Amino acid sequence: MRTLWNNYRYLFFRRTTQIGLLFLYFGANAWGWTALMGNLSSSSILGIIPLSDPYAVLQMLAAGAVLAVDLVVGALIITIFYFVVGGRAFCSWVCPINLVTDAAAFLRRKIKVDDFAKKQPATRNLRYWVLALSLIISFAMGVAAFEFISPISMLHRGIIFGMGFGWAAVLIIFNFDLLVLKNGWCGHICPLGGFYSLVGKYSLVRVHHTQENCTLCMKCKVVCPEQQVLYMIGKETMPVLSGECTNCARCIEVCDDDALNFSIRDLIKNNKSGE
Amino acid sequence: MTAREESDRRKFILRMARGAGIAALGGFVWSAYVDEVTASQLLLRPPGAIKEEDFLKTCIKCGLCVEACPYDTLLLAKPGDHKPLGTPYFIPRDIPCYMCPDIPCVPVCPTGALDEASVTTDGKLDINIAEMGLAVIDRETCIAFWGIQCDACYRACPILGEAISVEYNKNERTGKHAFLTPVVHADACTGCGLCEKACVTEKPAIFVLPKEVAMGKAGNYYIKGWDKNDEKRLEDATEIKTKTELSKESAVDSLNDEEVLYK
Repeated sequence: MRTLWNNYRYLFFRRTTQIGLLFLYFGANAWGWTALMGNLSSSSILGIIPLSDPYAVLQMLAAGAVLAVDLVVGALIITIFYFVVGGRAFCSWVCPINLVTDAAAFLRRKIKVDDFAKKQPATRNLRYWVLALSLIISFAMGVAAFEFISPISMLHRGIIFGMGFGWAAVLIIFNFDLLVLKNGWCGHICPLGGFYSLVGKYSLVRVHHTQENCTLCMKCKVVCPEQQVLYMIGKETMPVLSGECTNCARCIEVCDDDALNFSIRDLIKNNKSGE
Repeated sequence: MTAREESDRRKFILRMARGAGIAALGGFVWSAYVDEVTASQLLLRPPGAIKEEDFLKTCIKCGLCVEACPYDTLLLAKPGDHKPLGTPYFIPRDIPCYMCPDIPCVPVCPTGALDEASVTTDGKLDINIAEMGLAVIDRETCIAFWGIQCDACYRACPILGEAISVEYNKNERTGKHAFLTPVVHADACTGCGLCEKACVTEKPAIFVLPKEVAMGKAGNYYIKGWDKNDEKRLEDATEIKTKTELSKESAVDSLNDEEVLYK
């Protein structure tokens, strides 16, 4: 039981956060709760504190919309928050699509899809291209382009306001991740993940690797949805510095040798080493 | 230059071309899709909504207006609704806008897509000046135009007597009855849709359309000379000068010119 808790504690916290937030959002529409109203595009805490998706606001800016004060304040709050806790903490601790893609990744490991699909046919930098493209299209078409196709919003809005055909988008992503491309949506395509990767590039909360404790079991690399960020495993004692790390902490909990832990990034030291 | 360097450069150029190709392909499909889904004109927005084109730019699709609506009038467009995804709208025949005096849906909007100023008179929220749409009557199917007495829409209208009035006309078919027919006045109608909800026909004979769709436009050539407000349009009008080149030839007196006639 103790190992079970040890090996899944962060997963438990993450699912609690994700589902808890969804529940608060759902309650706002269904039962008139005011704790957290709206959805991930823009919300309001107790009707006082505004929160806005900074990527959506960026697209609106590109589209030429006049930005309201509430919107800018909300986007700043969110940006600063993720700047501190790690940009892609959004991806693994809040985003509802994470539930879908984690399930797909789990099933993919179980049925051993990777045994016959060894080659990953796409680059993880694709997301930055999609990010740039979304801003260009927003500018050209005069609407926030990704917001009209985002499966994240479709699923999140769907849970709160009613699904419609939104389940189809979710199914597509599940199948894509399961059969076509490992960590396909979250790790390759999603421009919101790309955006938060950039935000989290200099964030404070980081996973830290202690090489002396490492036994090279590589369990961490098996569970990691962004394996490339763990390049230092068994080689060097250092924090995981890539913004693409989602701070999901799966690597920390599967490590039996205390070689991985959360740490606060030491900014001064990093400046010296040029990181 | 060694062969290896050349091949690296070749690879680089090819890779860039491939990337550009994929980006162009994806960009066109994406743009076409966005263009298609934002083309829907026939939907009614919440009160205070800014011009549709700007609304699509500005609405962040958070649903706060939907949650604020006490009558569950407002809906967020779902995939499959064939409306711009995630934006708020309402279907009056199902649930019309009940025109709350405190307009709870508007002040909660974080982006200004629902503009408080457009529903404010003298510093106070005023739902009566909202312009969600305009009620339109189909005279063929409205039973009042058949001579059957019905004033369901007139009674349902929250701006009773102003947005919809009843007109008397003689029924020439019977010679002794009257037509009591509804007339919508565009300057007072807010497009709340209570009339559409109340209409007794199987498919409503009075229905709300977006104002842009329901109304024509007289343009600058026609001014109501008897209307002080309409005449104001002349204030910033500029003179239109047309230049026609004068004919160099003198006019031909064709009617009296016998030579032309009897040739």
